[in-house]
Amino acid sequence: MKIQSKVIPIDIENIDTDQLMPAQFLKLTTKEGYGKNLLYNWRYVEGYTPNPSFELNNPAREGAKVIIGGNNFGCGSSREHAAWGIADYGIQSVISSQFADIHKGNLYNNGVLPIEVSAEELRVLMDYFLENPSGEITIDLESQTVKVEVIDFNTTFDVPPFKKKCLMEGVDEIQYLINMRDEIAAFEVANY
Amino acid sequence: MKTLFDKIWDKHVVKSITDEVDILFIDQQFIHEVTSPQAFNGLKSRGVSVFRPDRTMATADHNVPTINQHLPIKDQESAHQVKELTKNCEEFGVELFGIGHKNQGIVHVIGPDLGKTQPGMTIVCGDSHTSTHGAFGTIAFGIGTSQVEQVLASQCLVLNRPKTMKVEVNGKLNKGVTPKDVTLYIISQLGTEGGTGYFVEYCGEVFSEMSMEGRMTVCNMSIEMGARGGLVGIDDTTINYVTSRVAISPEKIAEWKALNTDKGAKYDKEVIFDAANIYPMVTVGTAPDTGIKISGKIADAQFITDKAKKYMGFNGTDAINEQKVDYVFIGSCTNGRIEDLRAVASIAKGRKKADHVNVWVVPGSMKVREDAIKEGLDKIFIDAGFEFREPGCSACLAMNEDKIPAGAICVSTSNRNFEGRQGTGARTLLASPITAAASAIEGVVTDPTKFLN
Ligand code: SF4
Repeated sequence: MKIQSKVIPIDIENIDTDQLMPAQFLKLTTKEGYGKNLLYNWRYVEGYTPNPSFELNNPAREGAKVIIGGNNFGCGSSREHAAWGIADYGIQSVISSQFADIHKGNLYNNGVLPIEVSAEELRVLMDYFLENPSGEITIDLESQTVKVEVIDFNTTFDVPPFKKKCLMEGVDEIQYLINMRDEIAAFEVANY
Repeated sequence: MKTLFDKIWDKHVVKSITDEVDILFIDQQFIHEVTSPQAFNGLKSRGVSVFRPDRTMATADHNVPTINQHLPIKDQESAHQVKELTKNCEEFGVELFGIGHKNQGIVHVIGPDLGKTQPGMTIVCGDSHTSTHGAFGTIAFGIGTSQVEQVLASQCLVLNRPKTMKVEVNGKLNKGVTPKDVTLYIISQLGTEGGTGYFVEYCGEVFSEMSMEGRMTVCNMSIEMGARGGLVGIDDTTINYVTSRVAISPEKIAEWKALNTDKGAKYDKEVIFDAANIYPMVTVGTAPDTGIKISGKIADAQFITDKAKKYMGFNGTDAINEQKVDYVFIGSCTNGRIEDLRAVASIAKGRKKADHVNVWVVPGSMKVREDAIKEGLDKIFIDAGFEFREPGCSACLAMNEDKIPAGAICVSTSNRNFEGRQGTGARTLLASPITAAASAIEGVVTDPTKFLN
């Protein structure tokens, strides 16, 4: 997994899942179509009229596949609809200095790579991309690196090895577990 | 020497796939209408069954109306979601407590009340406040829909083991301080990310003396400091609660007690608080870590942001005491149990709400509602001018019709005060049931101590 793309910087801390996907959009029973409601309350002024001062609506950032968000990204509820919104919008990676646990898991499970950098690194990235809407970032999962060449930014990040394997090889955790059903049944018999 | 958390976790590991990743067996899954349909769709498209339907229980709570539940749901999408749940439960053989059923209610209220939540278990639900069940000495946590599907398909999850954190509160609680104030205080000290990556164990005198309902309130809010979950040791309070609902053998009880944290066991992080520093609390920002004592100033909230002050319309030097209140919401999985309604009634009895305030009392389950009626609490509420409604999540997340209007201030016993959580533009002040009741009577944010003898 290699990403080279523009970036949407959202310089706000504690972006909670109620902002990422407000409750009124949790009523669907499918996984599709959440992208247009991502960050609805900040992104639109009324109905679906774009709020021009919100970075998601900046035309210079069109096609961006990476979001940079403030510390404690995705806090709040377990609603995977927030991650579906991010994935459906076309985002492949989210960068922050810290993610809420459940949301982080939900991002992985939808093929979106959550990357944690230090608070200082986050500041550098945020400032650069706020100033430079057409600037690009390069993310490489294999070598676990994030680069922004023009400012000589270069850092590494952690990924749990199993999550890396799942992302790189497209391992489906659900199928993995279904294949273990006999072993699980034996565990249950032995322990209960 | 091991902690309670480690003992329960180790007992449930089916297999370790790497040093840090375990396949964990889940004893009980709860499901509801909002985060399950896509998981069932996943099973259908794979052509697999629910692996252990007897370890799965469903209810409809998030989306249900709290008035006229006997009539068809007006909102088409909500109606569809509830119908899907019913269909899926029928098709896959899962027990469902739907609208109108005597066991229906908020998933985290009914699980314990039906005796489904038992010490030593691993429990999950597609809802972050699953941490509530930790009050029983269980590993209980919220999961996303992909994980709901994993558990439906295999009764297991692929998980990284979280770290452990001890939160100790010693001493005696001040007058008017309830479990809700204790948790709001802890979160106001640690911040919304203070527990990220950790599973918390609550220790110390304050929790050992707390009722099960109080422990549930505290564990419920663990997620609001970022923790995956929180748990309390297993003692006679726990055992009495469970055995008054289901029959349990003496061997089982001994087994449960042996799970408690060994003396000298190490946690990855420890924090200690003094109960004497805790007063009735209310939040003033748009994150649950913005609690202050009611007599305090907005600026006392160390984690409040400028953005939050702007949204709330508060200044740092403002006081919160006597702030005018438009709505009061009493309910949710944090404070929608019978004890909470009793506490509210004790203050409402013989009094009337302020004219300008709308007060909604929404019981956490059908059983809570029935018990309240049996005890005559409904009359006290109605005489006080409160609306006594039918059970559901209601204005906690405002997914149904129970929305607080833009700009209005709502004192709420729920758990989240995020922007727009209770309705677009709504301004939420989180507080305890007695603070909510006192504020309803006075029409302004009120320290409940004045109503206590
Ligand atoms: S009452 Fe609120 S927090 Fe609890 S389950 Fe319902 S929506 Fe979630």
